[in-house]
Amino acid sequence: MVWIRWLLLLLIVRPIARFLTGADVTGREHLPLKGPAIVAANHNSHMDTLLLLSIFPSRAVMRVRPAAASDYFLRDPVIGWFSRNLVGIVPIARGKAGSGEDVLAPAREALARGDIIVVFPEGTRGDASDEMAALKSGVARLAEAFPDAPVTPVWIQGAGRVLPKGEAIPVPLNCAVLIGEPVHWEGKRAQFMDQLRAALLKLKAEAPPLRWT
Amino acid sequence: MEFIARTQAFLAAQPAALLWGLAGIGGLLVLGSVVAAVLTIARPKQDYRELRQRMSSWWVMIGLLAAALLLGWQATLGLFAVISFIALREFLSLAPTRREDRLIILACYLAIPVSYAFIAADIYGIYLVIIPVYAFLILPWLMAVIGQTRGYLSSVALFHWGLMTCVYNIGYAAFLMRAPPWEAPAHAAGLVFFLLVATEFNDVAQYVWGKLFGRNKIIPKVSPNKTWEGFLGGWASTAALIWFVGPLFTPLHGLGLATVAVILPVAGFAGDVTMSAIKRDIGVKDTSHLIPGHGGILDRIDSLTFTAPIYFHLLAWFALDKF
Repeated sequence: MVWIRWLLLLLIVRPIARFLTGADVTGREHLPLKGPAIVAANHNSHMDTLLLLSIFPSRAVMRVRPAAASDYFLRDPVIGWFSRNLVGIVPIARGKAGSGEDVLAPAREALARGDIIVVFPEGTRGDASDEMAALKSGVARLAEAFPDAPVTPVWIQGAGRVLPKGEAIPVPLNCAVLIGEPVHWEGKRAQFMDQLRAALLKLKAEAPPLRWT
Repeated sequence: MEFIARTQAFLAAQPAALLWGLAGIGGLLVLGSVVAAVLTIARPKQDYRELRQRMSSWWVMIGLLAAALLLGWQATLGLFAVISFIALREFLSLAPTRREDRLIILACYLAIPVSYAFIAADIYGIYLVIIPVYAFLILPWLMAVIGQTRGYLSSVALFHWGLMTCVYNIGYAAFLMRAPPWEAPAHAAGLVFFLLVATEFNDVAQYVWGKLFGRNKIIPKVSPNKTWEGFLGGWASTAALIWFVGPLFTPLHGLGLATVAVILPVAGFAGDVTMSAIKRDIGVKDTSHLIPGHGGILDRIDSLTFTAPIYFHLLAWFALDKF
């Protein structure tokens, strides 16, 4: 099963993602190649996940696990099967947050196994205007649990044009993927979140202009 | 051994001028790579990474084109279709577009297989009009049907401009491959080879002349680095190249050869400047980072979008009976 996922990611997901997005990556050297590591990206489209899976080198891609909402991706058995086995998601039960149940437990287990967890701290997809929504602090709690894991900020620009929320047909358009220097946990949640937000906004400012209305 | 024998037979079937031309380009590549390596070692304090990236990218680009030209028109057509797609995707990604344009953008991409299909089928008459006339009519009609009238004319112009440059004009380079072998001294592949060499030589010559002697800016509002010295020096160098080397690869001579020698360098310059104007309007320096050390594919083929159709039409007028 494991190597089938590897082949599908390299032979199917990667060419499709390149075709649809051009995958115009800058800062590739900042990408973590071994876990435990966290990648924190902005989120405007399902393309974000495919794009991030496609930019890791083949020796690291097996370690990459996108954190995704279980209420959305696991409600349908077919999509659920693909989400678990091909995309390799780590389920996050968004609805149970704050109920006392530990919704981050699967993500923490994956990090303990040495995986690279991809999180979208905005919590859900925004629109393609590329404004960044308020960041949720789950990523800080993961960083707190694994203080040695680097948290790499990634700004993906233009994925909301390729496949906006609510559309079914993807349209090929270039996406810029800007990868920044990792942020590290230094003991305070608020400070960590400020650092992460600043790092993402800095990458956003470096992105080429997006003329999309 | 059989593989070697088959390779020898394959190469023996190719026109000699094309093989010598490709070998010459290969020699220049080796020379460039050696210079880059020597500079890197001799001056460790300077950063030559971009130069090395540039050279590696040239190896890849020239390798792909050489392989396609040797394999024949099908491979060349496929390669140029891919180039058209990537270029159009770059253009549409930089251009101002809106969510309601997504369907029209898809329709633009559809024009690529349609246009290249007429090259594959060797139907010149329809190729000539399918994008300039019919895509020109169908896209605005589609937009009207889906009720999209905000900024109508500027959107129509934008999509058509992208199709004409990235798909239609680049397609001419692929259509040259359909010239019959007896109409050109180094067959059809020699015609395309020489178009690419002359266009790129012109880019490089303008750059070198400008670097060495450039003083007077030619169009400071669009390209502040372009100078009269670069333009004129590149023009003269490329014209000389076409005049002396052109007869080896093209059936041109006399007036026809002179016309191509005079016009092609100017067309290359015009393509470069036009793309610069668009980049300036959009506010980017490079159209993407696809080709390390060069920028995007549009940065590389900007001159070709102008030289390909003009070279084709001049050949058709002066020499090729088929077109």
